[in-house]
Amino acid sequence: MNRGKNGLIVSFLALPVALYTLFVLVPYGAAMVLGFTRWSGLSANIRFNGINNFIKLYNDDYFWNALSHNGIALVVLPPVVLGTALFFAFLFTQGIRFSRFFQITFFFPQVLSVVVVAVLWGFIYHPTVGVLNAVIDIFGIQQLTNFPWLGNPKTVFGSVLAVVIWQSIGFYMVLFIAGMQSIPSDYYEAARIDGATSWTLFWRVTVPLLWDTIRTALIFLAIAAMDLFAIVLVMTNGTGGPSRAADVVPTYLFSTAFSDGQFGYATAMGLVLLLLVLVLSVVSLRFTAREAIEY
Amino acid sequence: MASVTTPREVTQPVARPSRLGAIVSKIIIYLILGSWAIIVIFPMLWSVMTAFKTDQEIFFSPWALPAVPQWDNFVRAWTTARIGEFLVNTLLIIIPSLFFTLLLSAMASYVLARFEFRGRSIITYTFLVGMIFPLFLALVPLYFVMQKLHLLDTFPGLILVYIAFSLPFTIFFLTNFFRTLPKELGEAATIDGANQYDIFFRVYLPLTKPGLVTMGIFNFLGQWNQYILPNTLMITNESGNTHYVLSQGLYYLQAKQFYQSDWSGLFAAVAIVMVPTLLIYLIFSNQIEQGMTAGAIKG
Repeated sequence: MNRGKNGLIVSFLALPVALYTLFVLVPYGAAMVLGFTRWSGLSANIRFNGINNFIKLYNDDYFWNALSHNGIALVVLPPVVLGTALFFAFLFTQGIRFSRFFQITFFFPQVLSVVVVAVLWGFIYHPTVGVLNAVIDIFGIQQLTNFPWLGNPKTVFGSVLAVVIWQSIGFYMVLFIAGMQSIPSDYYEAARIDGATSWTLFWRVTVPLLWDTIRTALIFLAIAAMDLFAIVLVMTNGTGGPSRAADVVPTYLFSTAFSDGQFGYATAMGLVLLLLVLVLSVVSLRFTAREAIEY
Repeated sequence: MASVTTPREVTQPVARPSRLGAIVSKIIIYLILGSWAIIVIFPMLWSVMTAFKTDQEIFFSPWALPAVPQWDNFVRAWTTARIGEFLVNTLLIIIPSLFFTLLLSAMASYVLARFEFRGRSIITYTFLVGMIFPLFLALVPLYFVMQKLHLLDTFPGLILVYIAFSLPFTIFFLTNFFRTLPKELGEAATIDGANQYDIFFRVYLPLTKPGLVTMGIFNFLGQWNQYILPNTLMITNESGNTHYVLSQGLYYLQAKQFYQSDWSGLFAAVAIVMVPTLLIYLIFSNQIEQGMTAGAIKG
């Protein structure tokens, strides 16, 4: 039956493999080398400088500033987003009318592009035009009249994170609801006969049986926390916020490369980011490892 | 395609100590869900409403409905602010890139799933690498690869890059899909005299339709919303920017507000991008939710 098999294999794989090699593998491979060079973009001026880029990074306050914001996101996003999404998903198991309406609404922000969401919230946070300050005015809080949410170093990153949370909760909720549907109803019935409350059902049945989905969600969010490029770029107009108070590693990397022309140094930053993402994924997998529950 | 999201209402009823307690807890649940629904919808509704106002109204009465709907805002957003042009650019890139992403991924996945040959596992694992590495690491070298090939700031260039970066996950997903299809189908077709290409295009490809739909939606949203790649690779100077895609165009418009104020036009531009996306989602909500969560559930 496999007559003509080799011709098919070669002809079907040639194009995908070629494209993938040229535009994905070559750049990643080149990054491994470029990170150890000093390079301003002109091929004549490429010079190896060992681990000097990494020493420079270690002493670069702007880099630590940017990394600290990714760190804050890493601490804030998973518990808030996963906690709320899981809670909402659980509420939907309590026999809710109009549940499809709520689910579709909650998922809305997820289908919008990050740029649309960022511009939209730029309006809302705007000191004079924005509706947030209009809402606050109703409560008569004088100190906050015309408050520049994105123009104040104390509030800018929190404001950006709030938008990320606003956008992602619906996605994880839908993910958990899908996961909950594969839990057999006998588990709940058996537990209820034993007198379990909703609270115990949630912690003793839902969470353990959803554990694999929760782990995946955790890794997704950890990776998202290390990124945040588009949302920060658009909401701070490419500046990283006042006093760089919302700068993250990807935005700093981007400006180091394409504004300052320090391509080798920027790539070294990318390598550190890769290492962090890999370590985070491995750690969160290890940390959350449990005996798989078959059902 | 069955809905994944309708919860099983019967399976987990509240353990109720009393009727009153049950009613109170129901009210609390509706309050919580209702509040979040308002938090989600309100910003969108407010910005669409604002898109119909004059600049005067925007500044001095943020709450009031527009006295007279300013349709002109939309005309300005479409023509002067060139949202129409950016939309055409986006479609010119996405349609071919989506088609070839699906076709090439289906071809590669079919071969990887159905045949034993030397190098198969190396190729499979190499594609996996592209799913794990962050895009940022590739950005700088990719820029120079594109420069060498004279593909910077061209439609074919961005199309090829979109395809290349969409391949890993799509191939991963479709390979699992092809593995579930029985081998006997191909064998039967061979006896009937079909060649290998017929077997793929006539027998297997039609059977992959559900998988292709899921991946089509997944990649459409990913490429439609993509910002980092065009922002790096479509860098026409500010006066030209004739190759901008929608996400770049919107950001460009917003940045322009600092020296050239047309708030009503900007609000209208956001509405033009946002509302059709939401309508498409309302129509295909089940498939879209499945497509978008495919990664997490399979992964």
